[in-house]
Amino acid sequence: MADLHIHTVLSPCADLEMTPANIIKRAKETGLQIIGIVDHNSTKNAKLVKRLAEKEGIFVLTGAEVTTKEEVHCLAFFENENQLDEFQIFLDDNISIIPNPDGHFGYQPVVDENDNILELIPNYLAAALKVGIQEIQQRVYELNGIFILAHVDRPSNGIYSQLGFIPPGLKFDALGISRHSSEKHVRKHYVVQKEITLVRNSDAHFLPQIGDICSVFNMDEISFIEVKMALNQQYNRCVEIL
Amino acid sequence: MKVSDLVKKYELKVFSGAQGLENEIDGAYVSDLLSDVMGNAAENEVWITLQTHQNVLAIASLKDLAAVILVKGFAPDAETIIHSNEEGIPVLGTEMATFEMAGKLYGSLKID
Repeated sequence: MADLHIHTVLSPCADLEMTPANIIKRAKETGLQIIGIVDHNSTKNAKLVKRLAEKEGIFVLTGAEVTTKEEVHCLAFFENENQLDEFQIFLDDNISIIPNPDGHFGYQPVVDENDNILELIPNYLAAALKVGIQEIQQRVYELNGIFILAHVDRPSNGIYSQLGFIPPGLKFDALGISRHSSEKHVRKHYVVQKEITLVRNSDAHFLPQIGDICSVFNMDEISFIEVKMALNQQYNRCVEIL
Repeated sequence: MKVSDLVKKYELKVFSGAQGLENEIDGAYVSDLLSDVMGNAAENEVWITLQTHQNVLAIASLKDLAAVILVKGFAPDAETIIHSNEEGIPVLGTEMATFEMAGKLYGSLKID
């Protein structure tokens, strides 16, 4: 059971209870085996969650929820810390600088395992990058990452709301759908073929939302490469929405 | 009013699709959500936006729009230029923000 879209306290819009320790505790209580940690345009709490979760037997996909120039939200995941750090540089180099005075949009703390604040990110993290979706996708694939178009059914910040349709030439591993929708509705409404995997995630900003929504990954073992294969329906791996 | 009249009057930059400069303009639509434009723009309208993605041209073509005006000094993506030239739908540019551009265009279309 997996939920690939969970924010931490680092996201301005996420609850301050969304600390790495609390997220892992809640994930364990609700039986999640795989979680995706994606803060808005930042990877800075993901490594800690991964390190702590390993001790509890939970597999963490580390990444970010990227806001493209077109304001489409996309999930990007990376297998190792070097790739993640490379992508963090890409994010830092390309994000629009919008100040967040006195936590106007919400505070954005990078924390340690005891919930101490190591750094407060000064500029608004959910701001759009200055690069378009295709360039971002190419960067993710150069770093051998996973690229998922987030909550495509949402009336804002989804690929269909922002760009009308999926542009030809854009590659991705799967389409994410939100808690507000069903696989049946999305496949029919947006005419999505069954060869494209849909994965339903919680987009949790508050602790009780973790475990609310999940998808089942049918794989041989739990690993980054197996998740990528399941998303792409390769070698009899697949994803089912509950 | 033709697209070429608009270019002259507001000193717009012609990025691409110059073969469509004689297109007649019936009105305009302003939106940066492409899904909204797909649903609501009408034939022969000019579309004012800050989006530069190639899907802009695909939707302009689908809806038979007269031209696209990019505001605030934005330039079209390379793919957008290619499609604009193929479809003959001009992509124009201005340093004006949307409010100013739309206001001027509204005034002149109403007078015409």
